[in-house]
Amino acid sequence: MLNVGKIENGIVLDHIEAGKAMLIYHYLHLDREDYQVAIIKNARSNDMGRKDILKVECDPDTISLDAVALIEPNTTVNIIKGGVIVEKKKMDMPKEVFGVLKCHNPRCISSIEQELPHIFFLADPKRKIYRCRYCEEKYSAGEREKWFR
Amino acid sequence: MRHCLTPLDFTTQELDQLFDLAADIEKNPGKYSHACDGKKIATLFYEPSTRTRLSFEAAMMNLGGKALGFAGADQSSAAKGESVADTIRVVSCFADIAAIRHNKEGAAYVASRFSGIPVINAGDGGHEHPTQTLLDMMTIRQLKGRLNHFTIGICGDLKFGRTVHSLVKTLARYDDIHFVFISPPELRVPDYITDLLDEKGYTYEECIKLEDVITKLDLLYMTRVQRERFFNEEDYIRLKDFYVLNKKLMRRAKNDMYVLHPLPRVNEISVEIDKDPRAAYFRQVQYGVYVRMALILTLLDIHVD
Repeated sequence: MLNVGKIENGIVLDHIEAGKAMLIYHYLHLDREDYQVAIIKNARSNDMGRKDILKVECDPDTISLDAVALIEPNTTVNIIKGGVIVEKKKMDMPKEVFGVLKCHNPRCISSIEQELPHIFFLADPKRKIYRCRYCEEKYSAGEREKWFR
Repeated sequence: MRHCLTPLDFTTQELDQLFDLAADIEKNPGKYSHACDGKKIATLFYEPSTRTRLSFEAAMMNLGGKALGFAGADQSSAAKGESVADTIRVVSCFADIAAIRHNKEGAAYVASRFSGIPVINAGDGGHEHPTQTLLDMMTIRQLKGRLNHFTIGICGDLKFGRTVHSLVKTLARYDDIHFVFISPPELRVPDYITDLLDEKGYTYEECIKLEDVITKLDLLYMTRVQRERFFNEEDYIRLKDFYVLNKKLMRRAKNDMYVLHPLPRVNEISVEIDKDPRAAYFRQVQYGVYVRMALILTLLDIHVD
């Protein structure tokens, strides 16, 4: 049995589909921060069989979880403050995502305008379709690597 | 403060009011000739344009106002690398309203976020051209007497044709409209437009040959294959004369199938049908001035009794 200690302040992402924790680690840009991070892969789960868990010791308000909702919407997010869970939630599809996806339309104003944030909005909640706020280019989940910043 | 970035910024009720106002301006131009005394419109045209820029300037002058601006990115500080955001902040100090055309999609939206004055999207790349749509809609309303219950054929460059995207999205709020998209496979209407029609329950069909469908159309909206949207000259040359509407084809069309075109025309409508009473494209230009006058008054919240 693997033991990973509790965190004082931060987030615990639970019920991640087995194998996707590294993706979330990557797209939350945790490699660029000096947070303490525990990545637990293939943990036993009664509901899922196997699952991944990601624990990050940080100020919970500093991390944008939009990427999690886009990659793995079934993830449970636990917000930890002072060593206790103060909030436990499932990720909803965010209505807008800032700076997570990058528009690849060469005709989009975001390709030339200085310091313009890349913004995508949820154009079709039923089919989970996001479009660029500026040019309406459709984000395709099938080409994730191309779209994530 | 209100902007006009897409025709969807207006409800169908507001569009009716706008078209009523435009129709009143057409009937009583003198009544509005001093409505914008002391006001200025800035026409910020990063891309070449004849009709749209002159139409905006004429609209403001007809209302008693003045116009200033530039006609080409090379004539503006964009050539020095100035952002759209900074340009509109500066222009907000000089003018009361701005019309912006840019080759990049979403430029007008960016301008609106940083502007101190109402912004009108006068065309942003291959994306939207709302005032063209407003004048297209007004032309349809004036000629057909309604904005519902018809089959409209849209022919030509449906991929890059921004007037097409704006028009379809706006018409897809009125009852019982059937869309027939006629284009070469390379210039098909984008999926976000067909997604929208699917979502709203509108019927549409896509085909390649105009002659296969012309008999069933109540309206035909022709478009130009736009050289400036192609990265590859060979593709443009291959597709530019894909459609030519001529007398022979028009003989097969209904007697009241009006032909609209956002202009400029290249070869897609033969000049031999200019005198056909169903050729409505030059009437569209005139309606364009009235609609833009109505839009300026609406965005500046100026009411004339």
